Amino acid sequence: MVCKSWYEIERWCRRKVFVGNCYAVSPKMVIRRFPEFRSIELKGKPHFADFNLIRLKRMVVTDESLELIAKSFKNFKVLVLSSCEGFSTDGLAVIAASCKNLKELDLRDCEVDDLSAHWLSHFPETYTSLVSLNISCLGSDEASFSALERLVGRCTNLKTLQLNRAVPLDKIANILRHAPQLVEFGTGTYTADVRPDVYSDLAGVFSSCKELKSLSGFWDVVPDYLPAIYPVCSKLTSLNLSYATIQSPDLIKLVSHCPNLQRLLVLDYIEDSGLEVLASSCKDLQELRVFPSDPFGAEPNVSLTEQGLVAVSLGCPKLQSVLYFCRRMSNEALVTIARNRPNFTRFRLCIIEPKTADYLTLEPLDVGFGAIVQYCKDLKRLSLSGLLTDRVFEYIGTYAKKLEMLSVAFAGDSDLGLHHVLSGCESLRKLEIRDCPFGDKALLANAAKLETMRSLWMSSCAVSFAACKLLGQKMPRLNVEVIDERGPPDSRPENCPVDKLYIYRSIAGPRFDMPPFVWTMDEDSGLRL
Amino acid sequence: MSKPIEHDYIGLSEQQLPSMEKSSDKKDGLHLKDTELRLGLPGSESPEREDHDQNVLSLKSFVSGAKRGFSDALDGGGNWVFSGGSGGGTEGLFSPRRGGKNNGGIDLSGSDSGSVLKDGAAQKPSVVQEKKPQVAATSSHGNGNIAPASKAQVVGWPPIRSFRKNTMAAHPPKNDDGDGNAEAKLGSGCLYVKVSMDGAPYLRKVDLKIYGSYKELSSALEKMFSCFTIGQCGSHGVSSGDGLTESRLIDLLHGSEYVLTYEDKDCDWMLVGDVPWEMFTDSCKRLRIMKSTEAIGL
Repeated sequence: MVCKSWYEIERWCRRKVFVGNCYAVSPKMVIRRFPEFRSIELKGKPHFADFNLIRLKRMVVTDESLELIAKSFKNFKVLVLSSCEGFSTDGLAVIAASCKNLKELDLRDCEVDDLSAHWLSHFPETYTSLVSLNISCLGSDEASFSALERLVGRCTNLKTLQLNRAVPLDKIANILRHAPQLVEFGTGTYTADVRPDVYSDLAGVFSSCKELKSLSGFWDVVPDYLPAIYPVCSKLTSLNLSYATIQSPDLIKLVSHCPNLQRLLVLDYIEDSGLEVLASSCKDLQELRVFPSDPFGAEPNVSLTEQGLVAVSLGCPKLQSVLYFCRRMSNEALVTIARNRPNFTRFRLCIIEPKTADYLTLEPLDVGFGAIVQYCKDLKRLSLSGLLTDRVFEYIGTYAKKLEMLSVAFAGDSDLGLHHVLSGCESLRKLEIRDCPFGDKALLANAAKLETMRSLWMSSCAVSFAACKLLGQKMPRLNVEVIDERGPPDSRPENCPVDKLYIYRSIAGPRFDMPPFVWTMDEDSGLRL
Repeated sequence: MSKPIEHDYIGLSEQQLPSMEKSSDKKDGLHLKDTELRLGLPGSESPEREDHDQNVLSLKSFVSGAKRGFSDALDGGGNWVFSGGSGGGTEGLFSPRRGGKNNGGIDLSGSDSGSVLKDGAAQKPSVVQEKKPQVAATSSHGNGNIAPASKAQVVGWPPIRSFRKNTMAAHPPKNDDGDGNAEAKLGSGCLYVKVSMDGAPYLRKVDLKIYGSYKELSSALEKMFSCFTIGQCGSHGVSSGDGLTESRLIDLLHGSEYVLTYEDKDCDWMLVGDVPWEMFTDSCKRLRIMKSTEAIGL
């Protein structure tokens, strides 16, 4: 706290509140501190929860909660739920019906119980304030298109509309006709029998969208319908084709039409050849994400290798954020990438097979990732993969001084690895580790560091129950939670490694809504069930 | 690159954590040797764990004598199996092991804990991965059903969100190589479906792909929901001749029965167990442990 007056002014002026870990602070505290806030963004689950490592519901937002929001805040304006679950379309219906001033409803990556698509009709006919709607996560098969069309038609300030897969291609034209002012649009399913009238209708309506900068959706794409978006491609800055199961030639054609692209999400169908075209066509590219089309297959199904990433790093001078799934990598490629693109702020590489070595030299990829952290001085986020020893952590601890988030899996040899990271990475906020031989020593030796971080996740590592208890005992400002479905940790020897461990700083004390397989280590170093 | 300095981190912990030393009046700093922690690499089991079958969880409602009776009553009835069957011993509803490394040694209750599905090898949730991607890990499921992917699959890896996995699974990627090998590429390596139980306060999720048979699934579900099925074995046994196979769960407390049902692709609620396992996993969208009084018409 700088000074009391600042604190007070800030309290009363703050309109937007972001809670990165919902358990770190209690709702009462937020309300008390920021009585005038108008917009709240809540995050709950640790990142690795997205990948089914736990069944724990970290951010359960129930229909009752939504109802409470709707009834309590007459002027509620913005609701963004990121990777949440526990609510249904019934809850959304209440929000729609009650929040007359709602401007933004964004349900990105949520799991919603789709009971009925008719919740949309609960927006009153007098309601016109919608600016942003993202319902791409919804799955209901039946959808009230007419309600959607009417809603879109009367909300003339609508800038962002992201539909769900259930909306068929032939409905899109009607919807877009009502909203030519859209800046961001997400289609539903992009497939239909090829019919010239549907096509020309679609192409016509896209032409009239002069403000469109971002496109997404494209589930089940039929290539024949892709050229319908060519009229808007030259203005596009963001394109999400990560659900578009089309092959490289079609992707290349599309991407070649988008010289101003800054952000591209795509499947690995684009292949190295497509990425080379991207590198030569899209000089403004800042963010690239390449997802695997067949992550569980034993064999590569596409020709996408480290070469694609090298090409883009060489060709796109503004590239700063990358998420790349591939099946092989080399230190040489990583060093080349690092030297040519020192402006990376986010570098996430996922080599699909754990512990894959440099395919050229069969060595670990320590040196390659070491180059990344050495050259990319502003690196904030890093995800490692491949065969890695403690040495890579030494590099990270030495060079990655601005690193805020690190994701590690199947890496390292000993506690020294973890120690390097915890003792060297000054800006570290979030650390998530799975399947690494890191145990008690490094964790306990760096316990104080944990209070400077938002959270630490460790699963399938070698941290003993005894160490967890000790941490819980010694660090009252940390919540140390042991997650173990084998039963209470004290039914096993103390030196038994725990299955999963989640440690986060909190001013709200231990939480009380844990399922039976989560235990908090508290100051009495006992168990709280 | 300059050589980073070697740290003796145990030494460091005593110098660099003054706050810890101040705050603990009981111990002086962290003398790790005193705690005598035994560290092992993932994959190495501490032997004591094997003996913990009898140390069943301490949910107060369990009565140990009754558990065995309960298990025995169900076993062999051709009904939805509890874990008591396989190894004898004092196994109850929530035993973490079924008599050791049989049946692939899979700890099914830890299906999200990164257990590797290799034959009988890893019980600890770390991956034992071969470097060559083509090593065929034979299915760890006893009934010989081989999963389409020819290598062991690790839970939660590669890190792809459920939404994406389910989206790609529901509509598998098209391949224009036309090699007819669609089956191998179909869907994702896991298939998470929600499981609800009438009366339970929250739902769970299971990955159907990690089970090879109805038996395995039912054992896993039993473990998951055992905290909601409490009390002693009732006096009525289970009749096996009434056409409901592999689908019974007895609610000991209330004496009523549960039935395991699922919602299929046509949104119909069906009884689990009628169709071959593979067909079931292909068509199952969600599971519901239903009170059999509600299961009229199934």
